[in-house]
Amino acid sequence: MVQKLDTLVETASQTAGPYVHIGLMPTYAGNAGYYDQEIGVSPIEDGCEGEIIEITGSVYDGTGWAMRDALIESWQPDAKGVFPGQEGADPKVSGHCRFAADAETGEFTLRTVKPGKVKGRGGVVSAPHISLWVVARGINIGLQTRIYFEDEDNASDPLLARIEQRPRVDTLIARKTGEGKYRFDIRLQGEGETVFLDI
Amino acid sequence: MSNFVTTEKGPLIPRNRDAHPVAYDPGYKTSVSRSPNLPLLSMESSPSEETGPTFGHGKLGALDNNLILNWTKGAAPAVGERILMHGRVLDENARPVPNTLLEIWQANAGGRYRHKKDTYLAPLDPNFGGCGRTLTDENGYYQFLTVRPGAYPWPNRGNDWRPMHIHISVYGHSFGQRLITQMYFEGDPLINHCPIAATIKNRAQLDALVAPLDLAHSRPLDYLAYKFDIVLRGRRQSMFENKLEGM
Repeated sequence: MVQKLDTLVETASQTAGPYVHIGLMPTYAGNAGYYDQEIGVSPIEDGCEGEIIEITGSVYDGTGWAMRDALIESWQPDAKGVFPGQEGADPKVSGHCRFAADAETGEFTLRTVKPGKVKGRGGVVSAPHISLWVVARGINIGLQTRIYFEDEDNASDPLLARIEQRPRVDTLIARKTGEGKYRFDIRLQGEGETVFLDI
Repeated sequence: MSNFVTTEKGPLIPRNRDAHPVAYDPGYKTSVSRSPNLPLLSMESSPSEETGPTFGHGKLGALDNNLILNWTKGAAPAVGERILMHGRVLDENARPVPNTLLEIWQANAGGRYRHKKDTYLAPLDPNFGGCGRTLTDENGYYQFLTVRPGAYPWPNRGNDWRPMHIHISVYGHSFGQRLITQMYFEGDPLINHCPIAATIKNRAQLDALVAPLDLAHSRPLDYLAYKFDIVLRGRRQSMFENKLEGM
């Protein structure tokens, strides 16, 4: 026998299931008005500093089917790379959004402000990115990934640099489709599988 | 760019994936095409994972944590076995996680969700919506008043039933702590037949999702209590953690 550790074990995840929307996005689930104020309706308010962008995409399963029931959360800093709650953060950026695949088309849209570069531990600078967390029926633990942008300098980003198979870097980079518009698809499995993170 | 020094705390403790369900489990059919084949990319946490959204009391309504009354805005109570679901949110260092948002959703006492895609033949309860939310207090404590959800059948193998369960979503204080799980009920024989519960291969970790009956916190002639504690990822806290640059 040895001494007991004082640490606890993290609670096990379970799938968010097919009805996750009633809990997290009641209006989407057909229960508008359940709460006076829903959580994560928009990551920004009018008048925030920076470039407003729109990112559209789908979450595809291993058969190439655009999932109709995926729910995604995003988290990001403001245009200067300052996270909400940190000193000097743009008060009109909450940084957090919930959005769901359309029940008919499977397409999602995130309207937000383009984030700035972020300086981390040891002065390491990350290229502008938005963190994502994807849940749905059949996903047993939420999948973490990131959106980077093709019109930014991603060359020295510490996370992208860690991806051994260089073509896979592209799975994390949103393609510009117009002024302020981007496309970002997520592939859960198989050809073109998105790089998912364990951070 | 921000000159913000990341944090006085260390990075998040890396996730112990053995404590979690497997991604691919043929017994849970939908997971077969929704599980990544390739390994996850592991890295030390960064500000993106060490910061996270916060929610004040201002967003919450007075009945948000009372599922017996919140759908009807207090006009009429829901049908079912009245229960108090309560417990604490802690981190891996056994410290309470105060002021964090918990959201729950569940089927009604007959096993039916108020969701446009649920067509189970059990009826909706006109007085039950099935969701609630609250913030933990300064000691990480939370409580919900609700009804015990019914078990229900679901399309998977020929005759699969979900045990009684309540879905729970928690934020913690950083986006890297984000967690969704389910609470089961002590003594439910369906737990051992459920392919979703069975995605957790470590039995102790599954047992930790089963809430015990807590008679001491029940209220005579009113409700029974079930206790459910939640553990989120912690941060490394060593005095050697924050090395000066260049050392």
